[in-house]
Amino acid sequence: MIKAVMVMNTQGKPRLAKFFDYLPVEKQQELIRRVFGVLCSRPENVSNFIEAELVRLQDSRLVYNHFATLYFVVVFDSSENELAMLDLIQLLGQQTLERCFKNVCELDIVFNYSKIHTILDEIILGGQVLETRSTEIMRAVEEISKLEAATNAISFIPKSASSWLSR
Amino acid sequence: MGSQGGFYQSKEFLDLVKSIGEARSKAEEDRIVLNEIETLKRRISEPDIPKRKMKEYIIRLVYIEMLGHDASFGYIHAVKMTHDDSLLVKRTGYLAVTLFLNEDHDLIILIVNTIQKDLKSDNYLVVCAALNAVCKLINEETIPAVLPQVMELLAHPKEAVRKKAIMALHRFYQKSPSSVSHLVSNFRKRLCDNDPGVMGATLCPLFELIARDVNSYKDLVISFVSILKQVAERRLSKAYDYHQMPAPFIQIKLLKILALLGSGDKQASENMYTVVGDIFRKCDSSSNIGNAVLYECICCVSSIYPNPKLLESAADVISRFLKSDSHNLKYMGIDALGRLIKISPEIAEQHQLAVIDCLEDPDDTLKRKTFELLYKMTKSTNVEVIVDRMIDYMISINDNHYKTEIASRCVELAEQFAPSNQWFIQTMNRVFEHAGDLVNIKVAHNLMRLIAEGFGEDDDNADTKLRSSAVESYLRILGEPKLPSVFLQVICWVLGEYGTADGMFSASDITGKLCDVAEAYSNDETVKAYATTALMKIYAFEIAARRKVDMLPECQSLMEELLASHSTDLQQRAYELQAVIGLDAHAVACIMPSDASCEDIEVDRDLSFLNDYIQEAIEKGAQPYIPESERSGMLNISNFRNQDHHEASSHGLRFEAYELPKPAVQSRIPQTLIASTEIVPVPEPMYPRESYQTTMPSIPSDAGSAELKLRLEGVQKKWGRSTYTPATSTSNSTSQKTVNGTSQGDGASTVSSMRETYDSRKPQVEVSHEKQKLAASLFGGSSKTEKSPATGHKAAKASSHVVEKSHVPKSSLEVASEKATPAQQPPDLLDLGEPTATSTALQLDPFKQLEGLLDATEVASAVNGAPAASRSPDIMALYADTAAGIHNKNDADLLSGLSNPSVTNMPGTTAMPQVTQSSSKGPNPKDSLEKDALVRQMGVNPSSQNPNLFKDLLG
Repeated sequence: MIKAVMVMNTQGKPRLAKFFDYLPVEKQQELIRRVFGVLCSRPENVSNFIEAELVRLQDSRLVYNHFATLYFVVVFDSSENELAMLDLIQLLGQQTLERCFKNVCELDIVFNYSKIHTILDEIILGGQVLETRSTEIMRAVEEISKLEAATNAISFIPKSASSWLSR
Repeated sequence: MGSQGGFYQSKEFLDLVKSIGEARSKAEEDRIVLNEIETLKRRISEPDIPKRKMKEYIIRLVYIEMLGHDASFGYIHAVKMTHDDSLLVKRTGYLAVTLFLNEDHDLIILIVNTIQKDLKSDNYLVVCAALNAVCKLINEETIPAVLPQVMELLAHPKEAVRKKAIMALHRFYQKSPSSVSHLVSNFRKRLCDNDPGVMGATLCPLFELIARDVNSYKDLVISFVSILKQVAERRLSKAYDYHQMPAPFIQIKLLKILALLGSGDKQASENMYTVVGDIFRKCDSSSNIGNAVLYECICCVSSIYPNPKLLESAADVISRFLKSDSHNLKYMGIDALGRLIKISPEIAEQHQLAVIDCLEDPDDTLKRKTFELLYKMTKSTNVEVIVDRMIDYMISINDNHYKTEIASRCVELAEQFAPSNQWFIQTMNRVFEHAGDLVNIKVAHNLMRLIAEGFGEDDDNADTKLRSSAVESYLRILGEPKLPSVFLQVICWVLGEYGTADGMFSASDITGKLCDVAEAYSNDETVKAYATTALMKIYAFEIAARRKVDMLPECQSLMEELLASHSTDLQQRAYELQAVIGLDAHAVACIMPSDASCEDIEVDRDLSFLNDYIQEAIEKGAQPYIPESERSGMLNISNFRNQDHHEASSHGLRFEAYELPKPAVQSRIPQTLIASTEIVPVPEPMYPRESYQTTMPSIPSDAGSAELKLRLEGVQKKWGRSTYTPATSTSNSTSQKTVNGTSQGDGASTVSSMRETYDSRKPQVEVSHEKQKLAASLFGGSSKTEKSPATGHKAAKASSHVVEKSHVPKSSLEVASEKATPAQQPPDLLDLGEPTATSTALQLDPFKQLEGLLDATEVASAVNGAPAASRSPDIMALYADTAAGIHNKNDADLLSGLSNPSVTNMPGTTAMPQVTQSSSKGPNPKDSLEKDALVRQMGVNPSSQNPNLFKDLLG
């Protein structure tokens, strides 16, 4: 299963962190720091894998990718395929976010914090890859955002009506 | 849709993010965040906040927590938001709680009700949000509350909901298999869902179920194969294509499942061959995901019952991976190769060059992976290249953790596959030179043993050559500056033992070098001790050969310095050296026979030679010795407390403060002790004379405890090395006591440092055995043929152990320990107890290790006519062996020392109490164990003036 998805910028600031196995906040921070420590010491044009030992994790593997000023890191266990996880980052980072924001940049992720979480929830649930069709993901996210916008505009509408609206 | 979409955020939030982004230091960032927390705390508790604002506050909280600050004050607001009717607010609430809370948080109970309600909602988006929360927040206790709803959702018309419901059920299974075990069949049913997405989701839980219990899912092999076939033949809609690959994630999961199901099952595997072969052919190797599927195919092929055709395809793919420019593919290729060589080791050969290329790569991850592979494919034919590379890499890296690992691997490979003794010694020298401080001391002891024992063959000539080449190389290496301590110890020992053996070097050459070492590393007491002992050996050999001994001036000044050393250990050695030099040739030849480190030593384990003396003393009116158990007259377990009391009284306040840790000790140690009392009740002797006899009955009991531990071993080992602490305490108990009883003040430091060495040595025994076993299993099929001719020394040695065992009750490790003993502990009355400890420590352990390996031992010793408790006498015998070994090597006859305490200097006098003490300890190992454990717990060595020790012993 996938244990965590982290997005951080090239200065090591966390931009998004989603842990599918509970970790106390301090441990999360520690892990993010360690991962960044390893990431920034890696040269260009090398493999996208990190030894879990380097970040003091057990039974884990790490895959990362670098887009613009962001590192996308996925932590997972032996029941996942490394290359597939690399593609998952591709899917999240390039395809889906690109579709959402057109020329995705660091700020998009920060400012659309809850939207990114929604997207991630569509792709990964309970640590398992659930959906890999970016069109499907986009559709679901759009549906949610439309609906939220609608409920927002007419938030005085009673519950029954709002649920009717959503159909 | 604009970048803001429905996820609007206010200017305030943008400003926050911006200012944090622009913060120049961590301190500045913290300040900004703390400000923000204050603002939020104030705002969030205001009444009537607009929903949109509230949502933003919560998002800001989530953001703050991600930055590592405490946002717990807002948790309750997030929980409240989940109750809201508005989808916008509710979803934000769910998002926040899933990020904030863990499944055991107190607030969860407030959410369960909402989740229940939302799972029944008409709006599928609400249901989805609730299912997301279920996956994260429901724990074992709350599963029953939502389980019925989740089960209903498995048949929901929307496939997105069905998918998530399956995931939720999977999560329940992960958290508490028992609570949903009756529902597991639902996964099978959902496998036939007409939506491929739902089917794909079902594979996740099925994979886990199959991993836990392969056999009950064998019937699904056909289904999985047909699904995989359909997917690979593009029967799914185009929507599932990803980079022109049909549903690759589903393919990967299916291949993983098939790998599990086909493992070791020929029949099941045969069903898979066609489809896996098809995928090999069809798979597009130009895309990343295509290679992911190919890699998974290789994993599958290497796991299922082997098929030559598939193995061939797999090898093709691997060579494509390895030749690719992408580091990722190279990495996967190396990994895949590691899997495949287990089945067909011959394919490694063709890729050796590619693999070596990977070693040159700048990518550290790839390098490490490659070394892992090399380690796996090492054979006697390539060991020289591989170990050479490994050492080069080891020298180049700074990470001590990894350096240690590589060093130990080098050692292991060298020990296992060494083509020649020369090479072995050279390799070890390199390892020691560059990573000596990281290598476990046991490796050093192994090397010493190897040099002393030769390589197991009965060729004395070769052994002699080996030794002189070792001496030569060490003399050369000594010229280098800054050698690691462990390496110096080896060098000193070898020079002492064999420096003058072949006559190439004169005694003055060697002693000069040794003095230089002791001078250059004057801070390192262990090295100095080794050097002193080596000097003594050299002089002893000279005297024994009736050559004239001229002590070098630097040596004399060194001795003068050591005679006044603060370290009692060094002082002791220096005095002994002095004493030895003063003796005549015959006496020296007796106490210091040349090249006797491997000899067996006859020992009178009852110490019966003391009986006359004791009898005499008693006749003169001395009090007979009463064992401690007798004195207290209490049950053995409660004795422990008593013990504590005893010491407390003698030390006043000092021990009071340390009372706390006691229960832990009791729970740990009595386990074996109680058992031992059950096996043989220890008779309680009245007179010293009898107390010696009681050592006999105590042997089985002691052995009983040891054997009991043997049986427990398999279970306890799981918990790691700490298991051995009790064993250590058994062994150290006597030593610590006695040494402390005699040596004053700084003696304690020597002891503790000694103890450290022993402790560190012991776990190593275990590790290397495990590794050897691992290596054996890795290479089992493939390298067997290689091993027998070339790896001569290892194999021969193993067998020689067995032989040895059957004739003399002795294992190689014991030999090692014995050998190590004189090395580390030269004839040394003060430390009398100590060497004994070494040997027992090592013996207990190897026995446990060896029990599984050498079942023959038991048979052999039975044939040997040894008593039924075959193992136990060995231990005791050896215990005694070493103890007496030290006596033998000592010129100071114990008896004379006893009768004439004032003549033989300090060591002699102190020796007596120790001997008596340790013999009295014999019948009651429990006491000493407990006492020692207590001492360890307290981290205090009872200081020298323990009147009880002497009062009882000396009467």
